[in-house]
Amino acid sequence: MIVEDLAVARGGVPVLEGLSFRLVAGAALILRGPNGVGKTTLLRTLAGLQPALAGRVSVPAESIAYAAHADGLKAVLTVEENLRFWAAIHGTGAVETALEAMDLRGLRGRMAANLSAGQKRRLGLARLLVTGRAIWLLDEPTVSLDAGSVALFGSVVRAHLAAGGAALMATHIDLGLAEAGVLDLSPYRAKAPAAGGRIGQFDEAFG
Amino acid sequence: MGALLSRDLRLAMRAGGGFGLGLAFFLLLAVLVPLGVGPEGGVLGKIAPGILWVGALLSCLLSLDRIFALDFEDGSLDLLATSPMPLEAVVAVKALAHWLVTGLPLTAVAPVLGVLLNLPVEGYGWLVLSLLLGTPALSVIGAFGAALVVGVKRGGLLLSLLVLPLYVPTLIFGAEVVKRGAAGLEVVVPLLLLAGITLGAAALLPFAAAAAIRVNLR
Repeated sequence: MIVEDLAVARGGVPVLEGLSFRLVAGAALILRGPNGVGKTTLLRTLAGLQPALAGRVSVPAESIAYAAHADGLKAVLTVEENLRFWAAIHGTGAVETALEAMDLRGLRGRMAANLSAGQKRRLGLARLLVTGRAIWLLDEPTVSLDAGSVALFGSVVRAHLAAGGAALMATHIDLGLAEAGVLDLSPYRAKAPAAGGRIGQFDEAFG
Repeated sequence: MGALLSRDLRLAMRAGGGFGLGLAFFLLLAVLVPLGVGPEGGVLGKIAPGILWVGALLSCLLSLDRIFALDFEDGSLDLLATSPMPLEAVVAVKALAHWLVTGLPLTAVAPVLGVLLNLPVEGYGWLVLSLLLGTPALSVIGAFGAALVVGVKRGGLLLSLLVLPLYVPTLIFGAEVVKRGAAGLEVVVPLLLLAGITLGAAALLPFAAAAAIRVNLR
């Protein structure tokens, strides 16, 4: 994935600009920066959920798996049904390996409504494995995970990287990925229009 | 696509899924109207086609905001938008699922409620046929309205205001089919117009709805 001179906006207000980086297969990049700097906005833009204000993002088609704050789980479906649905949508059958990898085997028949917050998160992350996609965009993946689960997820990410995948994650918690690069977003914060920055497009929502 | 359809149907059938809500409303309306109107002078039989169609329409309206709002809240809509499935197909499948859990059951129970409303015998076939042809339009138009208000907090009121005018042609021609059929008159013209509305809506609105969702997800 190659990002060149990207500018992103949230609600019509530019938050980041002049951002360029390159993410190659087998590499992980951790986004850092204070709250509100635009980590989520950047990830949503890269996932194709919102248009970039300027710049170019080059990614192979259909290669991005996005994990947001919300896990996209249905409370009245069981763990296995939730996962099978996403596997079917993505046309893969890797449900068993995903259950195994995120330690969810014992919970497969449990309704998602009866899971703890950390278990829900594990299920949400297991979804990444059934997408079969190479580039993972992770938005605070470790929220509500205990230390053991964080380590488990760290090893899942490492296995994904070893298999030729890539990961871009916004996180404040150390996943134990010593090889991951760190990208601090603070220097790319958009300047105010008065200071010569880009003027937000008021009609962005209609563009 | 089959996976999304079966998931939506399963969600509707499980606890809190909202299946039966529209049906119960339809049933209540058809039971209460005869009590309110009273038995005299064949009034009931005359207004039965209109009452049944208005009832079906309002029942459909009840569950519309669930089509996308629930998926938006739990984040599934974001994930579906980044999945290999085109959003247009997501809309079409969700509209179909909505019709299967509201329009189709409504069509099935309508003849029974026709008895309660003293609908003339000649009207029953046309009632079922007109609902079968017309209710898919209600679901597709409703899915379009739901797509427009997805992400709006308590968008239900806005949704009703947006969708009701779009429902008017379906209501007029649907009720007209039953009225004419019950009176033994020619029904081909309203029937064709009703089918035309449904086909047109099903062909065009998934694209409009997908575009609306893309804007609302930003």
